[in-house]
Amino acid sequence: MHFVVCAKQIPDPETPPSAFRIDASTNAVVPAPGIAPVLSQFDAIAAEAALRIKEASEDVKITVVSMGQESAQAAIKQVLAMGADEGLLLDDPAFLGGDSYTTARVLSTAVQKLGDVDAVFCGRQAADWDMGQVGLGIATLLGWPAAIIAKDVQVTDGRMSATRVMADGFESVDMPLPAVVTVSNELGDPRYPKLQQIMRAARKTVTSWSAADLDLDPSTVGEAGSRLKLERLFIPEVGGEVELIDGDTAQEKAEGLVAKLREAKIL
Amino acid sequence: MARNVLVVGELEAGGIDSTTAELLGAASRLADGGDVAVTLLGARSAEAAAGAFEAGAARAFVSSDAGYDEFRPDQWAEAVREAVGQSSADVVLMAQSSAGRDLGPRLAFGLDTAVGMDCIALEDDAGTLKVTRPCYGGNANATYSFATAPAIATVRAKSQDPLPPREGASGELVELPAAGDSRTQITGRELAVAEGLQLQDAPIVVSGGRGLGGPEGFGVVEELAATIGTDKAAVGASRAACDLGWYPVSQQVGLTGKVVTPDLYVAIAISGASQHMAGCSGSKTIVAVNRDPDANIFKASRWGIVGDYKEVVPALIEALKE
Ligand SMILES: Cc1cc2nc3c(=O)[nH]c(=O)nc-3n(C[C@H](O)[C@H](O)[C@H](O)COP(=O)(O)OP(=O)(O)OC[C@H]3O[C@@H](n4cnc5c(N)ncnc54)[C@H](O)[C@@H]3O)c2cc1C
Ligand SMILES: Nc1ncnc2c1ncn2[C@@H]1O[C@H](COP(=O)(O)O)[C@@H](O)[C@H]1O
Repeated sequence: MHFVVCAKQIPDPETPPSAFRIDASTNAVVPAPGIAPVLSQFDAIAAEAALRIKEASEDVKITVVSMGQESAQAAIKQVLAMGADEGLLLDDPAFLGGDSYTTARVLSTAVQKLGDVDAVFCGRQAADWDMGQVGLGIATLLGWPAAIIAKDVQVTDGRMSATRVMADGFESVDMPLPAVVTVSNELGDPRYPKLQQIMRAARKTVTSWSAADLDLDPSTVGEAGSRLKLERLFIPEVGGEVELIDGDTAQEKAEGLVAKLREAKIL
Repeated sequence: MARNVLVVGELEAGGIDSTTAELLGAASRLADGGDVAVTLLGARSAEAAAGAFEAGAARAFVSSDAGYDEFRPDQWAEAVREAVGQSSADVVLMAQSSAGRDLGPRLAFGLDTAVGMDCIALEDDAGTLKVTRPCYGGNANATYSFATAPAIATVRAKSQDPLPPREGASGELVELPAAGDSRTQITGRELAVAEGLQLQDAPIVVSGGRGLGGPEGFGVVEELAATIGTDKAAVGASRAACDLGWYPVSQQVGLTGKVVTPDLYVAIAISGASQHMAGCSGSKTIVAVNRDPDANIFKASRWGIVGDYKEVVPALIEALKE
């Protein structure tokens, strides 16, 4: 079987809010100095889901695919170090400034070109824009069934089954391959590669495809092909000043807080 | 500019759910003289239509086929597509619910258009629909316009105001086809929600984080909530605490958990990461207990206590009993 893991490189979402900046003239996030971009966390978890199946079955090949610039090699290498077999970078200036539609278009075209793919694993959402639609986009464009926000994924006998995290519990679904699944953190932590695996991944060559390799008209991808137009990116204001309750003991502080809450008729 | 707006309704016992009413309120404001329609799917859809008319819909696309009772996204997408066509919808609104997260992108890609996910503001800017949604883990908001039609948005619960009910209002019922085939089989379902008061409905939410140090810490947090009153306070948790298995995933507050907007949110041993705040920053008042005076949670709080929760929370329980 051949699995694709879609992996995106993003600004570190754990950047402290105080270091988070936006350039209003370009509507873009300014990378925080000294904080390197990372593999989006849910994509590492999607890779983990694919790797668990690979370990449990014979003959699974995993290709990690990222649409991004040269620097996204690092995200690809990380998934290779975790145990994926091949890396594929979709890199073209025409891909820049796209939206979920153009991203899904480029990724689904790459899956088609790979040809023999049985399942695509995505993160539940990329932890930069927090959209959560590229996985379903790939599925819809390819005409494949999909399950989103999975905490458990099994692939056997030409079918995929997944346990999904719902607002009120969990739901198990089953669908024929080829299929797409998006994976959530409830699956568990992604594995840490060993040093030896990191070194082996570093030596691996990553294939790179451009818009021309994918036969994609540049006007249908990137900013030109986008349907959702970003008008403004801004930092929302957060409420006023905190009042820290004084007191020599925990009792005094607790009484002070309860008094405030009662005074404000909140309790 | 007049536009036709279609709302994808969701049902609960007794009729449309509260988010559907909020979406119909938003739809009425955006329609500006255009039509407001709603889709209602499942065995109880026709009886729910009355509530939808009172909440602002002029037309209800319904199918009482029980096949829709279990949400299968491909079947629902097909039905909504049909309603989009028949209503000539310029805008489609649905909730950022388990169903909406699944339906929005399928519908958008299927109709060759775009969807904005988890929108908190919908506005008419000189005839152009603009939607605003949080991104970057809650650190930023982004405003978008649409290059294609219909414009689709999944909308955060409680971000829109319902209309005052138009008692006795009626509207037109249009029958949608029965559910078609689905390639997705639902093989099991496990309900996992706290008993009693639900997180999203509670006027007070008391949440615990990784700083509790273990699952037993939640015992103290639960005791605090019980002292406030089981009819008033529900218990939430940070993702770090849920990931560690200290508290059920269903109680997670935040970007990838539940969004709560209580009158009072009490954060105990939670650092206040942006992704956590994304789920509680709409609370009227936030109060924090944290050992670290520089914790980010205090920046969003009205009142705070710096100290060890092991001392502060029992003291709060005592003070509340007085
Ligand atoms: C894409 C993405 C999505 C995410 N989604 C969510 C989400 O939905 N919800 C969510 O909560 N998080 C989410 N996170 C995780 C988030 O970034 C934080 O890692 C998480 O919220 C931290 O949880 P915490 O505050 O409980 O733990 P920590 O950050 O470890 O904070 C623990 C706090 O407890 C305090 N403390 C320690 N001991 C004590 C004591 N004895 N008494 C009092 N205080 C004490 C510490 O000072 C500290 O402030 C997400 C992250 C990413 C990247
Ligand atoms: N540029 C990209 N390259 C590879 N995968 C991506 C890219 N953008 C999104 N994805 C995949 O789609 C998922 C959902 O992304 P989004 O819909 O943008 O939130 C991510 O978790 C990735 O698995």
